[in-house]
Amino acid sequence: METLLINILNGLCYGMLLFIISMGLTIIFGVMGVLNFAHGSFYMLGAYLCLWLAPHIPGFWLALVVAPLLVGLLGALSEVALLRPLYGRDVSFQLLLTFGVLLILDDAVKLIWGPGYHSMEAPRVLAGTVPILGSTYPVYSLFIALLGPIIAGVLWFFFHRTAWGKMIRAAAMDREMASAIGINVPLLFTAVFFFGTFLAGMAGVLAAPLRAVGPAMGDNIIIAAFIVVVVGGLGSFLGAFVGAIILGLVEALGVQLVPQLQMALPYILLALILLVRPRGLFGRE
Amino acid sequence: MVRGARTIALAAGILFLFVYPRFAGAFPVLLLTEIVIFALFALSFNLLFGYTGLLSFGHAAFFGLGGYAMALLVQHYQLSMIPALAVSMLVAGLGAAIIGFFCIRRDEIYFAMLTLGFGMMVFTLVHQWRSLTGGSDGITGFEVPLLDLVVKKFSLFSPWAFYYFALVVCLLFTLFLWRITHSPFGLILRSMRENAERVSFIGIDIKFYRWIAFTLAGLVAGVAGGLFAMYDRMASPTMVHWTMSAKPVLMAILGGTRVFLGPALGALIFYLLEHFITQYTQSWMIFLGAILVPIVIFFPQGVLGTLISWGRRLKGREDHGG
Repeated sequence: METLLINILNGLCYGMLLFIISMGLTIIFGVMGVLNFAHGSFYMLGAYLCLWLAPHIPGFWLALVVAPLLVGLLGALSEVALLRPLYGRDVSFQLLLTFGVLLILDDAVKLIWGPGYHSMEAPRVLAGTVPILGSTYPVYSLFIALLGPIIAGVLWFFFHRTAWGKMIRAAAMDREMASAIGINVPLLFTAVFFFGTFLAGMAGVLAAPLRAVGPAMGDNIIIAAFIVVVVGGLGSFLGAFVGAIILGLVEALGVQLVPQLQMALPYILLALILLVRPRGLFGRE
Repeated sequence: MVRGARTIALAAGILFLFVYPRFAGAFPVLLLTEIVIFALFALSFNLLFGYTGLLSFGHAAFFGLGGYAMALLVQHYQLSMIPALAVSMLVAGLGAAIIGFFCIRRDEIYFAMLTLGFGMMVFTLVHQWRSLTGGSDGITGFEVPLLDLVVKKFSLFSPWAFYYFALVVCLLFTLFLWRITHSPFGLILRSMRENAERVSFIGIDIKFYRWIAFTLAGLVAGVAGGLFAMYDRMASPTMVHWTMSAKPVLMAILGGTRVFLGPALGALIFYLLEHFITQYTQSWMIFLGAILVPIVIFFPQGVLGTLISWGRRLKGREDHGG
């Protein structure tokens, strides 16, 4: 029973991390139609930047703001320089281009920070554990599990109550129409790519004290994030939230209930959903 | 003129593949063996991508199935080379028929995701099923089987012998793929790539044709995988991982997806680049990425595709100039 509760908490914590990453992925796809293969690498970059910045500037909290901004700027730069020439073409080319960016970022990180794994302490306020039903649980993981819904709320407010959010949704629905009523679509695309990679970077910073920071962390998470957005429905806000929770719980409970199948469970979930509901749980036809 | 130039280049290429290794040391021959095997793997991938318009991110599943089947058959049943390779091909083809049955129901990004998902399922299977596959260690410690041609048995132990065997097999299957793509069936695949809706309006069952293409591509990938397991003396989970699926994608894009031999040239370029760059630095991926990005942006037809279209333009100019 306690293990079950702990696993559910683990699942929620991981799920919320996945949600923040997948949200960036799904916004970029929803508005621009680009499936960003390099998204995991931007996440990894966020974690490394946090590791590098935290000792120089006063700690984790400033890094939580600065690192995602830097990641977002790099994202915006790559959108302007690399993706822009490809908008008229087949989606496969955009996928391949972002794959090229993934290769570059992954090796660049190895060149700069070395191939080894690093770990990072949680910020002092969130260090330590709390007792839950007779066992203990790290405060930082609880913090992530609670932060997820808060971020979801902020994003919801942004998309439904602010002018920029509404413009983004308009462009996602109909690019040409949005452009016709005077929305600067190219600028909006850059902003969206900035925002999406910013979220990836932020997830990276949040993940740094939680998981090992290493060169392979992006490759592992990108596949999970793909599964989340496809299961939830590409481009769907609610889908990313629900999909992330489902995947987080499936992975965490799989460890306990069906350890043999645990690695395969996310893919089985993906295949099942795509076959039964090809547009995902909340996707539009 | 272009056609003549192409025939000469092709003949020169094949001549080179047969003659050069006789005078080369073991290392270049080993490298060339790997190139030939991956060229076949990339060509089989391109039957789906370049000809049918389906971007598969799980093609390594069939490469790996072929490799594991081969290693198991050789280790446990002591089959000789050709029967083992034939059975491995069928195993991979069967796997492709089953997985393809589900994947071809979707296209574009959904197809890519489904193939990725199924590919990783196969990866998990070989990774977890320790008693059969050896888990993360893979299968090693088998001997390369004899090539039994009824009248005479040949050892394929030496790099040269194995190279020539692999070369002949790969050329035969390349011919097979060429025949497919230049048949009425291949024409239907290409028309589905251009506009699947219209093709279905004229009464063609696109799902069925996609399924056949998927199965054939898996079958040939299985041959490449079987050869690779023998070449590497090992079948390991890396053969099935999605990073392996990315290789034929990159090779096809490098060489050109709309030209039949583009992916094969892509495999050659890929390995030569890797070979030269890793002599100087460990960071080969960063160079690969730095090469891939401009190719995708400026030369979407790939190296061979671009060369051919330049050749055509040159010819056009000559014709106009009289």
